[in-house]
Amino acid sequence: MSSKKLAGIVKLAFLVGSLQLGSIGLAAADTTLLNVSYDPTRELYKDFNAAFAEKWKADTGETVTIQTSHGGSGKQARSVIDGLEADVVTLALEADIDAIAKATGKIPADWKARLENNSAPYTSTIVFLVRKGNPKGVKDWGDLTKEGIQVITPNPKTSGGARWNFLAAWAWARAANGGDDAKAQEYVTQLFKHVPVLDTGARGATTTFVQRGLGDVLLAWENEAYLSLEELGPDNFEIVTPSISIKAEPPVALVDGNVDAKGTRKAAEAYLAYLYSDAGQKLAAKHYYRPFKPELADPKDTARFADLKLVTIDEFGGWKEAQPKFFADGGVFDQIYKPGQ
Amino acid sequence: MALRSSTRWRFRQPSVIPGFGLALGVTLTWLTLIVLIPLSGLIWRSSGLGWSNFMALVLDERTVNALTISFGTAFIAAVVNLFFGVVLAWVLVRYRFPGKRVIDAMVDLPFALPTAVAGIALTALYAPNGWIGSLLEPLGIKIAFTPAGIVIALVFVGLPFVVRTVQPVMEEIDKEVEEAAATLGANRYQTISRVLLPGLLPAGLTGFALAFARGVGEYGSVIFIAGNLPYVSEIAPLLIIIRLEEFNYPAATAIATVMLFLSFIMLLVINSIQAWSRRRYSNGA
Repeated sequence: MSSKKLAGIVKLAFLVGSLQLGSIGLAAADTTLLNVSYDPTRELYKDFNAAFAEKWKADTGETVTIQTSHGGSGKQARSVIDGLEADVVTLALEADIDAIAKATGKIPADWKARLENNSAPYTSTIVFLVRKGNPKGVKDWGDLTKEGIQVITPNPKTSGGARWNFLAAWAWARAANGGDDAKAQEYVTQLFKHVPVLDTGARGATTTFVQRGLGDVLLAWENEAYLSLEELGPDNFEIVTPSISIKAEPPVALVDGNVDAKGTRKAAEAYLAYLYSDAGQKLAAKHYYRPFKPELADPKDTARFADLKLVTIDEFGGWKEAQPKFFADGGVFDQIYKPGQ
Repeated sequence: MALRSSTRWRFRQPSVIPGFGLALGVTLTWLTLIVLIPLSGLIWRSSGLGWSNFMALVLDERTVNALTISFGTAFIAAVVNLFFGVVLAWVLVRYRFPGKRVIDAMVDLPFALPTAVAGIALTALYAPNGWIGSLLEPLGIKIAFTPAGIVIALVFVGLPFVVRTVQPVMEEIDKEVEEAAATLGANRYQTISRVLLPGLLPAGLTGFALAFARGVGEYGSVIFIAGNLPYVSEIAPLLIIIRLEEFNYPAATAIATVMLFLSFIMLLVINSIQAWSRRRYSNGA
């Protein structure tokens, strides 16, 4: 290597180094928050982040930059466990946040009680998406196990949304059979015999149903179903709301260990609180999430949500019981697929 | 070996080119950093299970099924690739036709394309409402969301390996060899099977091994087209992801360790066959 070349490389290294220092200097002047979220919240947080940044600027004069990372809820939780420095997590399931709390100690065990409504500023439920005109006449859960019906739902082992689907089906069957869990298990076993494909995530299942033309019914988050209608045109699909479904509570939490290390606690707390404010509730309803306080949202938006009987996860003993019982290795879901069932 | 008077094995074969010690040192350091440390980390993590748990997990029916599907489909895909890869390489080496350059460049595309994109594209084609799927549907043939779909995806991602390993060897074969065979009275079939193919076998096996190894570990392109039904079309890498979703790291690494072990054994066997065939067919080289 010639000495001239070497000098050039050294110069370049210095330049890169100073650039890095420069960016660190910039970062100190304003706050950057990382919100680690799950898949279907993309559109919601895009709007919400912009609104919060504006409010933060007006209140404190500081500029706040919010980065949001999306992916399958379980995968996102694992990234945080493995060291992704999230200031806040907004995931699909309590169980995922519990896992972070247990594995890292960066979130206190009683995190759920720290914010209103079990730390769920918005909720959702599980509905059916069917093809236009509802050719198979699907009205309720009981119709899904009829001859010749194909149901699309993702794999509960890899998808948070699919776990809600599974429990919603269980809740209906239990109610229909006078609270008999064995009958409910029979129904759910039958239901999964009508599932030709187990996609790994909710978006994948939507694609299978919508683009690949597979199946007659898609079990979906209510917000995803409305989004599909909006994006694909209401002339191809329609939404069927069953008689009973489950109240899905996607929780949010502050990651204390990270915000204290980064010195972002104040902004991160304000960020989560803002989800509960008028503006946050309005945005949630606009993006088809059921707001915790409907009275704060736009009545036009809340009018879109059909009334139905919603059971909560508490009827399954909470996630701490439901998760191992239904979805752990060798749990009820694995039993369903055992050969000879 | 037989040429040397002393039969004692010596660590350093004297070589005309200096720098053996340095080269070996660099090689071992690099291998350790890039391959051995991550892999030993894997084995170390699964060692937290204990032997009985490890075996219970590995012999679990669902794991065995997933491993069978992963290795089986990868093997079938590698066989398909071996055949068509050799044919494709032959065409690219021996003939001149318009658009040859373009086709030659296209062979490498599966290397560059993100596997998820490949998976989604293939699923769109082979789904019951896709271009190819809709033609097969009336015949009662289902590709997407069955093990056949997995094979298609693995054929796609593995194709370049065989073509690119066989191509340079083919270019080395002189036309004169074929002419000599012809003058000695061999017909076309004999020339191919007795003269050309034996020379290509070692390279072909290398390509086969690479395509096979890639197929075993493939995840991205497969999960879109497989259907992922337990015991039917669930691949081992997906089972690893499922274990991770259960926050069960030891179980995930246990399955990975088994895959690693099986792959290593199979690659070792393939490489031995290759070494044997090289000895068998190389004319004194």
